[in-house]
Amino acid sequence: MQELARRVIKGDIRGIAKAISLVEDGVETVKKEALIDSLYPHCGHAIIWGITGPPGAGKSSLLDRLIEQLRQDKQKVAVIAVDPSSPFTGGAILGDRLRMQKHAVDDAVFIRSMASRGHLGGVAGATGDAIKIFDAAGYDHIIIETIGVGQTEIEVMELSDIVLLVLVPGLGDEIQALKAGVMEIGDIFIINKKDHDGADRLRTEVEYVLSLKNGAENTTEHPITMTSATLNEGIAEAYSIIQSYYTTILKNGNLAKKRKNRIENELKHIALSKIKESVDKFLNIDDRLDSWVEDVFQKKVSPYKLLNKKINKFLQEIDWK
Amino acid sequence: MNKNIRILIAKPGLDGHDRGAKYVARALKDAGYEVIYTGIRQTPEAIVKTAIQEDVDFVGLSLLSGAHNELFPRIVNLLREKGAGDIIVFGGGVIPESDIPSLKEKGIRAIFTPGTPIKDITDFIETVK
Ligand SMILES: Nc1nc2c(ncn2[C@@H]2O[C@H](COP(=O)(O)OP(=O)(O)O)[C@@H](O)[C@H]2O)c(=O)[nH]1
Ligand SMILES: [Mg+2]
Repeated sequence: MQELARRVIKGDIRGIAKAISLVEDGVETVKKEALIDSLYPHCGHAIIWGITGPPGAGKSSLLDRLIEQLRQDKQKVAVIAVDPSSPFTGGAILGDRLRMQKHAVDDAVFIRSMASRGHLGGVAGATGDAIKIFDAAGYDHIIIETIGVGQTEIEVMELSDIVLLVLVPGLGDEIQALKAGVMEIGDIFIINKKDHDGADRLRTEVEYVLSLKNGAENTTEHPITMTSATLNEGIAEAYSIIQSYYTTILKNGNLAKKRKNRIENELKHIALSKIKESVDKFLNIDDRLDSWVEDVFQKKVSPYKLLNKKINKFLQEIDWK
Repeated sequence: MNKNIRILIAKPGLDGHDRGAKYVARALKDAGYEVIYTGIRQTPEAIVKTAIQEDVDFVGLSLLSGAHNELFPRIVNLLREKGAGDIIVFGGGVIPESDIPSLKEKGIRAIFTPGTPIKDITDFIETVK
């Protein structure tokens, strides 16, 4: 086993931090894959939470409070906080941990900020691997804070055991947003900023939308709870709701189902990206693209004809069993 | 994909003015770096633990309160103690010219006083990274 994997399993902070950079940078593929493969047998102990909701809803502030609760229970906590990278410069301001910084000196709390680096889906491309690193390092809870831009954040569902959807009054057109597919992401609905006007009305709206969704086939209960992160209200209730939700899905088999589903998605993803990589290499797409464009432009060949020929040749050469 | 440069911009000490620090953070973002910003009144311990967890390449310290002669070297030393002496520390803020040589001797690699063009900072980062 690599030295780095050993350091991660021992819980060495710098080792964990370096391991995350390795999976994030994605340059040393062989080393990265060996790391994850040696950590994998040590994974599966952590509970993975996602926290999503619009920017400014109070996700980071709530996390700060929930970490307090987890620490009272002597739990080790890792947070992966994702913020967007600029599509133009690649730069990013990673500001989530600002709100959780009082935990910075607590050795049982590890906060890591991640830039999305162009990955869509509300998280970073390396978030899944980072979760495995924290899991193998012995963190009891791993919490992913997403960027928070709405319907596209489905990936957090795939990565987490429990998704907290944070909503706030006063963003306007709440009900529209609720209909547009955001609601499916959440397991537990937290209405934050309950100190603001309109929180009760929002709760009623959320209950209404959920009652529509909870038609015949949908039997899962989606708890709704209200908090004020800044006033430190409703936090213990939210925490106990999360705990009992976890117990429920553990007992009724939904947790195992989710985790298998996660593995399925991950395997598909790895398979597809590896195939894409080999096809790219085999067809040498980048180098040939110019001449292909010219041929198609000149109407010497049509697009499907050109590529079917190339790809069939590739498929004949591989042993796909 | 390649290795992105990560920079922690931190404010040790007791002064509550973070306009300068935020300005630098934003400018470094615009220059293409990943910048972690942690807010005002950070203890050296918090800054060092944050730098290590975030696996940053640089820590930029901003200070207006005049405690730079104690706090900046303290942070460099703590990083070294934790085996993270390879993280490059630079500083900014109201720092008298006469303090700069001794700060550099103590491991602060560069000092940028108010009014320094951002380009000086990015040039420094690109040169020593
Ligand atoms: N009034 C009020 N403000 C809050 C509450 N929770 C968070 N905030 C404020 O909302 C702003 C955004 O919070 P933040 O946690 O950064 O939101 P995020 O973008 O969802 O992570 C900050 O100024 C917080 O202080 C709350 O319960 N009530
Ligand atoms: Mg946040």
